[in-house]
Amino acid sequence: MTYILRRLGFYLIAAWVSLTLNFFIPRFAPGDPASALQARFQGKLEPSAMAAMKVAFGLTDEPLHVQYFTYVKNLLRGDLGTSIAYFPAPVSEVIGKALLWTLFLAGLAVLVSFALGTLLGILTAWKRGSWLDSVAPPTFIFLGAFPYFWMAMLLLYALGFVGGWFPLLHAHSSHLSPSLSLEFIGDALYHAVLPAGSIVIASLGGWLLSMRNTMIGVLSEDYITMAQAKGLSERRVMLHYAARNALLPNVTGFGMALGFVLSGSLLTEIVFSYPGQGYLLFEAVKSQDYPLMQGLFLSITVAVLAANWLVDIAYVWLDPRTRS
Amino acid sequence: MSSTPPPAASRARPGEPLLSVRDLCVEYVTPTGPVRAVDRVSFEIGRGQVFGLAGESGSGKSTAAMAAMRLLQPPAVITGGEVHYEGRDVLAMGEDELRAFRWKEIALVFQSAMNALNPVLTVGAQIADVIERHENVSSAQALERAAELLALVGIESSRLRSYPHQLSGGMRQRVVIAIALALNPPLLFMDEPTTALDVVVQKEILQQIAELKERLGFSILFITHDLSLMLEFCDTVGILYAGRLCEVAPAKELFANPQHPYTRGLMRSFPELHGPKQRIEGIPGSPPDMRSPPSGCRFHPRCSVAIPVCDQEQPQLITLAAPALARAVGAETDTPDAPVGQQRGHRVACHVAAQTAGSSDV
Repeated sequence: MTYILRRLGFYLIAAWVSLTLNFFIPRFAPGDPASALQARFQGKLEPSAMAAMKVAFGLTDEPLHVQYFTYVKNLLRGDLGTSIAYFPAPVSEVIGKALLWTLFLAGLAVLVSFALGTLLGILTAWKRGSWLDSVAPPTFIFLGAFPYFWMAMLLLYALGFVGGWFPLLHAHSSHLSPSLSLEFIGDALYHAVLPAGSIVIASLGGWLLSMRNTMIGVLSEDYITMAQAKGLSERRVMLHYAARNALLPNVTGFGMALGFVLSGSLLTEIVFSYPGQGYLLFEAVKSQDYPLMQGLFLSITVAVLAANWLVDIAYVWLDPRTRS
Repeated sequence: MSSTPPPAASRARPGEPLLSVRDLCVEYVTPTGPVRAVDRVSFEIGRGQVFGLAGESGSGKSTAAMAAMRLLQPPAVITGGEVHYEGRDVLAMGEDELRAFRWKEIALVFQSAMNALNPVLTVGAQIADVIERHENVSSAQALERAAELLALVGIESSRLRSYPHQLSGGMRQRVVIAIALALNPPLLFMDEPTTALDVVVQKEILQQIAELKERLGFSILFITHDLSLMLEFCDTVGILYAGRLCEVAPAKELFANPQHPYTRGLMRSFPELHGPKQRIEGIPGSPPDMRSPPSGCRFHPRCSVAIPVCDQEQPQLITLAAPALARAVGAETDTPDAPVGQQRGHRVACHVAAQTAGSSDV
């Protein structure tokens, strides 16, 4: 319990550091939103209107530390500013919907990939030298060498465009509005098959290989020999004695991979015009929507930190040695 | 392999040994060819008997025991010999039969309790799973039995919910022993059960094993490199060198009359607790490289009494005749309870010992 709280403290500090960086980096970068705004209207705006706009977007000439405190204060209230591209919608509202879709897509992909890869890793290590062991690892390492978005384009073309079995874009059919009905969930899953599938195919090999490697290490431990000597069923030895122990390093890797998959899914979203954060980020960069970009970076960071904390909790549950 | 196996019929008669290992050979398959780690090792363990297997690290003692339980992992392969347990051919058992046989008949106590317990399962779960596996009981009953077993080795039942890392080294070894006794097996393999423990705890554990043996009457295959433990604990002792048995004798007989130069060397390697101070001589040289073992007797490069035939011919394990043995030793060494050369005999594989002592038969 104290371990989990200690980890929470660590992630809160990490979150603070990242939101501070998130504040300062854009301000030290060349170009500024005010002049971008000016350029956007190409001087066709009256100076008074321009000034009103600056106030609306919170663009002031106050000293940095004053701006920083205003920024933190607003953040704590959940106020991320106003989007320029989606004016006058507040950033938090724009991000909110997109964040849900991204978490759905990336979460689904990462869970399926982790589960499948780990299972294949267990089986290949358990039956070392079998046909499965000689086919699966090289195949998925080969597939893992492709970038996510390339795999996405390939699947989109082959299964979506040529085959016509899956939808080409968006997260759900346009005639359905988001709800928790079975029909909508089924539709959303159907739309997620290709984007999530491309991430799964490209990231499975990593899980497979790392699980297989730790499994092989664990299989030479004395407690495995003892479990065999006890005459336990093959299933119990494989799952409760070998895999249960080999899983631990992989779970740590799971937390670290989340950020990677999330950033990879951003590109996948663009390929499928998926209404997630990646698509939004793309739009934000195109229209130089600084508040939106900042909000996106922040929400991605917080999502990864939160996921890592959940992984820590899972780790405590899995490894009794971290409990004391 | 090249040896002709004795007829395997009718071994289940009463009075027959519980476990009989004949000409067991184990080879490790390596890129440079097979390495024979256990070479035609034979021994028997009777009911209630303790057989000790001694030798240096790498002499093949653990490998031989693992082979007898069919627990070897590739690249180690059994390439010859026979293992019979109560007349049942262990090497011929199918996968299912083997899983039912293990632990029910032969249980194992590992040398390092640190690594023998699964770190992510509770002690109770690790005792209960083997009971549930082999006996038709509910998990509640199995846990109840687990508590009794812990009590048997002097651990309170609240420890059932403990994980291995929460126990001391001595307690962990007791837990391992409790697991070994879970099905009340007739035979226990103990592979250096106390090596990883400090001397005081070592003593306690050994005493406990001895007490439990008295109470439950199981037989033990005791594997160690500690000869003084052997004397205390074993009825019969076999000395392994480079995968071959070089001497087998009742414990007291072996310690009174070691015949093989290697056994004698081992004896001299341990300080005497009583008597005058002596310089420990040890054995010159180091164990052979098993990839290319010496010809003839594998000990001859380190042997101080080697004769020309030693690097030519592999000595066979022969039984020393009682009178001849007495003559060779040239002293009255009989002890009341263990007459020299009798009690299943004193066997040695050494050209020199055979020449000086004379032999009866193979």
